[in-house]
Amino acid sequence: MANSKQTSDEIVVKINGLNKAFGDHVVLKNFDLELKRGENRVVLGKSGSGKSVLIKCIIGLMEPDSGAIEVLGQNIPDLGHVELDQVRVKIGFLFQSNALYDSMTVRQNLEFPLRRHWMQITQKEVEEMVMEALDNVDLMHTVDMMPSELSGGMRKRIALARTLILKPEIILYDEPTTGLDPITSLEIIELINAIREKYKTTAIIITHDLKCVRLTADLVTMLIEGCNYETATYEALAQSNDPKIRQFFD
Amino acid sequence: MRLPEDTRKFLYETGDIARFSMRFFQEAFHPRYEVREFFHQCYVIGYQSLPLVALTAFIMGFVLTMQLRPSLVIYGVESMIPSMVGIAIVREIGPVITALIFAGKIGSSIGAELGSMKVTEQIDAMEVSGTNPFKYLVVTRTMAATLMLPVLIILGDAISLYGSYLGVNIWDTTTLTLFFTQVFEFLTYIDLVPAFTKSFFFGFAVGIIGCYKGYHSEKGTEGVGSSANSAVVVSSVLIFVIDLLAVQISDLF
Ligand SMILES: Nc1ncnc2c1ncn2[C@@H]1O[C@H](COP(=O)(O)OP(=O)(O)O)[C@@H](O)[C@H]1O
Ligand SMILES: [Mg+2]
Repeated sequence: MANSKQTSDEIVVKINGLNKAFGDHVVLKNFDLELKRGENRVVLGKSGSGKSVLIKCIIGLMEPDSGAIEVLGQNIPDLGHVELDQVRVKIGFLFQSNALYDSMTVRQNLEFPLRRHWMQITQKEVEEMVMEALDNVDLMHTVDMMPSELSGGMRKRIALARTLILKPEIILYDEPTTGLDPITSLEIIELINAIREKYKTTAIIITHDLKCVRLTADLVTMLIEGCNYETATYEALAQSNDPKIRQFFD
Repeated sequence: MRLPEDTRKFLYETGDIARFSMRFFQEAFHPRYEVREFFHQCYVIGYQSLPLVALTAFIMGFVLTMQLRPSLVIYGVESMIPSMVGIAIVREIGPVITALIFAGKIGSSIGAELGSMKVTEQIDAMEVSGTNPFKYLVVTRTMAATLMLPVLIILGDAISLYGSYLGVNIWDTTTLTLFFTQVFEFLTYIDLVPAFTKSFFFGFAVGIIGCYKGYHSEKGTEGVGSSANSAVVVSSVLIFVIDLLAVQISDLF
């Protein structure tokens, strides 16, 4: 149980010996990771290094070949559909491509996970939660717009609002700033930090954007050649002499 | 012995489609049922194809009548036009043409829609939002296509026959009652049953292939385009294959 609202010693995500290959192409090889409640961890890796595969395994969208992924005390690969859904309510996932349903309005996009996970919810509660989520990202006025009418940064924020609507304990961010201009990226980074303050969320942030790493990470995990190559603070890694780490910072 | 690459691919895909269809039957008859989305899809798939089906059906009936007339006049049997057109339309041309139009419109739109949902991770997003995307997207669309196409075919047949009635009236005069009496003189229930039955299979083929192609779309806009395209090609070919099987089977009786 969460005994304090700061980073606690409770381990909420524990990955052990994770392997994943597509045919002959090995993507993750004996990957380990431990995440404490309240911690915001960045996973840094080149594109194509398997970062998305890693978090898709965490939320059960992909099945690992072997290894354990314990999230909030439950081993994800062992879970059936019903149990998996129960864990997923507590995990938010911000997709790299936002994944907003483009046939639905912003309101319907936000209502979708609510109505799906909690069938007994009343219309009034739904309305309140939608508005609260939109307020968090400062986009209340877009509630009746279609995703196609929004800019890239706004779409990212709506996607974030949809992720937040179920008040997840853990949020997985898949390259939250990729493809955005520097100013918008900074807004998103600030939003990530504001959400952390407000909801005390634990997070895994996947990125190759150094500014995002510097501003959001407690610790940084280097995903190199499919394994957890090194985990340290941003400052420590920035001073490392290891050429495999240096290439990210030069 | 190793089969050529293309043959292997073809066989793989055929097996994959068969598995995909099996999954449809497994998921379709177990809760939860996505009733709202199903009715919405019936509206989108059925109602919105109606104008196109009506237009093509009308033209088919009219043109067929005009084309048949000269040769029948030579033998002095132009009074047979209603019966001939009736049989041709109800047994074969109506179902097949409507199904092809349907494949072009609905197959491609399902393929493109699910394809773009796949590449922009919307299908994954549904999955993590406590929704089985196969039930929500594939089952509803395939069911709607299976049930709506027969309805469209019946309406299309009626409109075709009306087109034919107008075609007859260009040279001769006949009344609607007389025309339809002549149509049904040679058309029995036995003719309607196989035509009606195969139209369900046509609808299922268009729905399931559209969904399969979209669901397995490759990354990028090119992937979405090619899944829409191959959804139309494969389902159109399949319509002819089913038609061929249907005629063999109904010949047995
Ligand atoms: N569904 C899949 N099928 C086959 N290969 C895949 C699949 N998903 C990812 N890969 C491969 O896994 C590797 C890592 O992908 P990904 O995790 O998306 O990279 P990134 O670190 O940029 O997020 C890539 O080489 C990609 O080609
Ligand atoms: Mg990625």
